[in-house]
Amino acid sequence: MKFMRRKLIIGGTLSTGALVVGWWFAHERDRLGGRDTFKARDGEVALNGWVKVSRSGTIIVAAPRAEMGQGIHTALAALVAEEMDAKWEDVRVEDAADLGIYRNVEMLLEDARAQDPGLMRDIALWAGSRVAGILGVSATGGSTATRDAWEPMRLAGASARELLLRAAARKAGVKQADLMIVDSRVSTRDGKQVATFGELVDAVGKLQPLDGVPVKKPADFKLIGKELPRLDVAAKVTGTATFGVDVRLPDMLYAAIANSPVFGGKPKGFTIPTGGLPKGVVKVVELPTAIAVVGDSWWKAQRYLNEQLKIQWDDGPNAKLDSATLMRDYEAQSRAVGDAAKTRSFQTAPVAQRPMERGIEATYRAPYLAHATMEPMNCTALFVDGRLRLWMPNQSPSLMRYVAAKTAEIDQAQVTIHTTYLGGGFGRRAEPDLVRQAVAIAKAVPGKPVQVMWSREEDMRHDFYRPMAVARMQARASKEAAWEWRCRLVGQSATGQFIDRVLRLGEQGDPDGNSVERPPYGFPSYRLEAVVPKGPVPVGFWRSVGHSHTAFFDECFLDEVALAMNKDPLALRRELLKDQPRHLAVLDAAAKAAGWGTPLASGIGRGIALRQSFGSIVAQVAEVAIEGGAIRVKRVVCAVDCGRVVNPAIVRAQMESGIVYGLSAALYGEITIKNGAVEQGNFPDYDVVRLADMPVIETVIVGSPDSPMGGVGEPGTPPIAPAVGNAIFALTGKRLRSLPFKLA
Amino acid sequence: MVAITINGERRDVAAEPDKPLLWVLREDLALVGTKFGCGVAACGACTVHVDGQAMRSCSVLLEQVAGREVVTIEGLGGERLHAVQMAWIELQVPQCGYCQPGFMMATAALLKEKPKPTDAEIDAALTNICRCGTYQSIRKAVHRAAALTEARR
Repeated sequence: MKFMRRKLIIGGTLSTGALVVGWWFAHERDRLGGRDTFKARDGEVALNGWVKVSRSGTIIVAAPRAEMGQGIHTALAALVAEEMDAKWEDVRVEDAADLGIYRNVEMLLEDARAQDPGLMRDIALWAGSRVAGILGVSATGGSTATRDAWEPMRLAGASARELLLRAAARKAGVKQADLMIVDSRVSTRDGKQVATFGELVDAVGKLQPLDGVPVKKPADFKLIGKELPRLDVAAKVTGTATFGVDVRLPDMLYAAIANSPVFGGKPKGFTIPTGGLPKGVVKVVELPTAIAVVGDSWWKAQRYLNEQLKIQWDDGPNAKLDSATLMRDYEAQSRAVGDAAKTRSFQTAPVAQRPMERGIEATYRAPYLAHATMEPMNCTALFVDGRLRLWMPNQSPSLMRYVAAKTAEIDQAQVTIHTTYLGGGFGRRAEPDLVRQAVAIAKAVPGKPVQVMWSREEDMRHDFYRPMAVARMQARASKEAAWEWRCRLVGQSATGQFIDRVLRLGEQGDPDGNSVERPPYGFPSYRLEAVVPKGPVPVGFWRSVGHSHTAFFDECFLDEVALAMNKDPLALRRELLKDQPRHLAVLDAAAKAAGWGTPLASGIGRGIALRQSFGSIVAQVAEVAIEGGAIRVKRVVCAVDCGRVVNPAIVRAQMESGIVYGLSAALYGEITIKNGAVEQGNFPDYDVVRLADMPVIETVIVGSPDSPMGGVGEPGTPPIAPAVGNAIFALTGKRLRSLPFKLA
Repeated sequence: MVAITINGERRDVAAEPDKPLLWVLREDLALVGTKFGCGVAACGACTVHVDGQAMRSCSVLLEQVAGREVVTIEGLGGERLHAVQMAWIELQVPQCGYCQPGFMMATAALLKEKPKPTDAEIDAALTNICRCGTYQSIRKAVHRAAALTEARR
């Protein structure tokens, strides 16, 4: 399978009414693009599909991935700037069009790579590609962006550099080999200034992009590996960064939304109170599953929706849906035998036929979770003369375009997507639900732009939730050795539902690639079962997806195995990782930095956990206290091996971010459903970590520049819940097997 | 018409007197740096200064700020960057950035009251929410902003 990593490109073409997935083999240089791919404005020249230079010397890099806080614009620009020897202060990024060279190829392969080699992996590769064929056209997710861009964007930078050198040589009448570039300035090797990048804009003339220009050796990197300042900070500090909700267009209207409170329900009708619509409220629009109020002010529209408009709902078949009942059903399924959608068994060494010396068994639970991005869901749409323009914080312009065209019943060529900054994404903004609503409303007020925004309550009650899950964990071990590991996991499949719900391709028969992971530990025997119930609760991609709960199940249960074997949790992990040098190095780095084994202040417990996800390995040690009856995480030490590092400051920031996101879920996060509707509505009842809860986080980057590059947006999240759970046990002797952690 | 002072400029606003200040800023005055996060004063994304005090503008009505001085992120620094903004840049605080105007406004108000806050005072004063988890950088940046403010005196 290895040859496929770099060579296989799965292209997805989305055309109105039909999905065409094509496969072909290609080289990275097919992603270089031509000079007409990246549209140049006055005073600019495009050097290939990825970079432009302006007369004033600005280097403009195409950024086809969504900036949702993960620093991706900065990381991608650095790849191009490095190879150009550009001056970092002169680099900026521009939104890229939805074109083939910008496709996220890595995303197609990520999911399949996580599988065990063999037929299942081949199937996963195929099934994953069916999703990625759509998402992958232009999408941000799966912690793939830097890995995807690593080859094509460096090649683009090298090609651009070569073109500038060629132009400079012509202009100065010297040999190209006698020229060098430092900080966007071309000079002769004996130090004579020739030209700045800006002065070469005209000289580039009709020169065409050059293929196959060699990239730098890592030893020559000047920007990659450095803590370059982020490109988005100045705008975000002055309040001038434009998020989706900040889009302002002439004569723009606003729409407030009431979605059917019960999943699967729909409006029966609505009653406008006598006196008609008040001033400022323009229209009430009935949508398939919601009612929209359109006005000249969102506040007025929302107030009318809350206080005046009477909506009658048809609750549909889910009016009695209850997550507590569902949980009991899941628990029963976790204890049942058979009926798994997918069963995997491995025998890596013969298991001794000996009486079970110690059987260990436990049931773990995780609830539904909302994403709760800070920027509530929104989309701005303008429908005029059969053409549609959308301004939207989103993780997949290609998918949004596809859905917009289908909803409006027009050709995709008539749809333009403008991606703004995202006020948080975490997977929520891969969903096209807002597009459907915005397009339908825009068609009801043609010629006028309309900004659709949900209240926080709508956002929390109509999310695509991290699936609720139950896992029955079993292990066999003697005092000396661990023999067998079993996991039977019950939970909806986010990927499966997405394919069915969004792409209408039906269930693909293969559940989540990462819902049940084979831990890296050397148990001689594994049996992993995934039971994948269908259900009406909308589930989706929540930062780190399946790892967000399966890491908790696996890593806490491993501590239970260690306890049964009377071994130190770190020592058992070290034994079971003796054939996994990368994992072992990360584990040891975290343990060492945390001072594992050294005495702690009284009232503090320590726990460790490790997880490989999205190509990176992360271990965390948490120190926990109980204060005033509440769990307080005081310190987290995090070690990460993500292969080659582009920007260590961003890697650290993403580890901290992932930890805080996971900690919010571990301490507070719980979405419950009663009578078919979500019970929580706003931060007071779906609380999250704030400054007062914030532990000190220390991140150690474990260098292995020659390892395959991994992602950093998600891998920080999975280990924190089990690290905290293990620390709580160390402190109190109480094994908490349900999230969020509750002491009483 | 309600008269208020916004970022040093007197404005007559033709909005409903019971319209929350947040929506007056965003819809009537085109000042979109102040963000909507929850609408119930729980997250702090909409924090502005009213007569120098940090307030959550989603829960303050226009009529309540009549004749008072309102400062938003757009007016925080005046001609140059405020010490808080400089510290935020120096420590590269923002990730998605959506909540940061609220955090910076709350920090600026805190530093006026307590020029050298302790960690405990910072935790107590800044109860805003950041889903990207920039808290550790925020804590450092508050201390840095305090030092920069002192140096400017």
